[in-house]
Amino acid sequence: MSELALDIKQLNFSYGKKQVLHNLSFHVEAGQCAFLLGPNGAGKSTLFSLITRLYDQEKECIKLAGVDIKVEPLKALAQLGVVFQQTTLDLDLSVRQNLLYHAALQGLSRKSARIAVQKQLEQLSMYERQNELVRQLNGGHRRRVEIARALMHQPKLLLLDEPTVGLDIASRESIITHVHKLSDETGLAVLWATHLMDEVLEQDKVIVIHQGKVQAEGAIKELTEITQRDSLSEAFFTLTQKQEA
Amino acid sequence: MAHYWVALWGIVFRELFRFVKQKERFLSALVRPLVWLFVFAAGFRAALGIAIIPPYDTYILYEVYITPGLIGMIQLFNGMQSSLSMVYDREMGSMRILLVSPLPRWFLLTSKLLAGVFVSILQVYVFLAIAWFYDIQPPIEGYLWILPALTLTGLMLGALGLLLSAFIKQLENFAGVMNFVIFPMFFMSTALYPLWKLQESSEILYTIAKYNPFTQAVEFLRFALYGQFNQEAGLYTILAFTLFLIIAIIGYNPSKGMMKRKGR
Repeated sequence: MSELALDIKQLNFSYGKKQVLHNLSFHVEAGQCAFLLGPNGAGKSTLFSLITRLYDQEKECIKLAGVDIKVEPLKALAQLGVVFQQTTLDLDLSVRQNLLYHAALQGLSRKSARIAVQKQLEQLSMYERQNELVRQLNGGHRRRVEIARALMHQPKLLLLDEPTVGLDIASRESIITHVHKLSDETGLAVLWATHLMDEVLEQDKVIVIHQGKVQAEGAIKELTEITQRDSLSEAFFTLTQKQEA
Repeated sequence: MAHYWVALWGIVFRELFRFVKQKERFLSALVRPLVWLFVFAAGFRAALGIAIIPPYDTYILYEVYITPGLIGMIQLFNGMQSSLSMVYDREMGSMRILLVSPLPRWFLLTSKLLAGVFVSILQVYVFLAIAWFYDIQPPIEGYLWILPALTLTGLMLGALGLLLSAFIKQLENFAGVMNFVIFPMFFMSTALYPLWKLQESSEILYTIAKYNPFTQAVEFLRFALYGQFNQEAGLYTILAFTLFLIIAIIGYNPSKGMMKRKGR
């Protein structure tokens, strides 16, 4: 097995008395694109808040590139790039200023930051627009900027929380292709939360969570075999309705 | 260590840039104290006689008296406004980008605080420059002495804003807090009238005003503007700053305060 970019073991979490994550365990390997599928309220957002340490956990359950987030939070967070569901760009700043701000938070020197800005924006065909205000960009371009920003410091794991919601087909395609290419070529591990099954490719890993538990994990083929269904969507419905029945 | 400097610079630069871009914010930050100076102070000049009190060594006009109070007002509003932007940032998500960066939370929050103070100092100097043409002319060295004082008072008021932002969940609640924090703090202080005047009319008001951290900040600024050091006010301001900052950091700690309340 290659190096684990994300390793979650027996993670539990409660909001007051209501337990939302139950003994959740799964991992994502380096170079792997893993999709987190789950209906609303399955615990995806909570899980993301725990991986990004916006919420704290009592036990040592989450490791990022071998570093436990509870034990060495700063070292662990340095391995992480995040694109949140809501846009987190500063609308009044230019694309370049937004990226440089992030580079500063990650401790990149001016020179490294300039190189990283150019590299990441060029890869997403946004370099020519670096001086435009984010406010002037459409939703698809804003998302591209956010992905470029998340990759500036060369993280080992990229977290994407429903990054394609509200985008047109072309923008979605471009993001899906780019992220898969990155994962193949650079060994970047990706954990992608989504509701859109067509974003998942044959070789990707799928983790289905429902009511805070992992229902099944594996490639599309494995999930369809387990559930004896023809497609990922049908397999997903079977897995998530089984509990409710 | 270099990482910390780079990050601090990044946070300050962002705040400064946002401030410059938001012209209305700059203008309103300036117009507010100027209206008080040109209109309110002019109107009350005759009504309020000011005796000779330190740091002044002569009779002064009411405009001169309220200038340090208005400087404090600029910083109070700025402190609250930057915390308003934090509540906004948290709702909009950009606070998340700050909080998931690989730096300790206390450092991130203090940097954010310093960035806000830096902006408030710029506002104060522009205000003082306009006031100079209105014949409010403290000694030249006062402009220099007030700089460290402004840093301290700005930090204290910013930390208060930070503390509030840690415990306010939504923007709607913030408007209420503005009314319950800014106005009482400003009016129950020595910004507009000296303590002895307050004592003449109400002993309770006098006591509240005396221990109001904003009073101490204003007095610290007033003395600094005239090249003097008010030790008591300085110490009180440092103490208030430390207390506010510690509570704010606890509020933003993922395993305590606001973050803990969200879940476990």
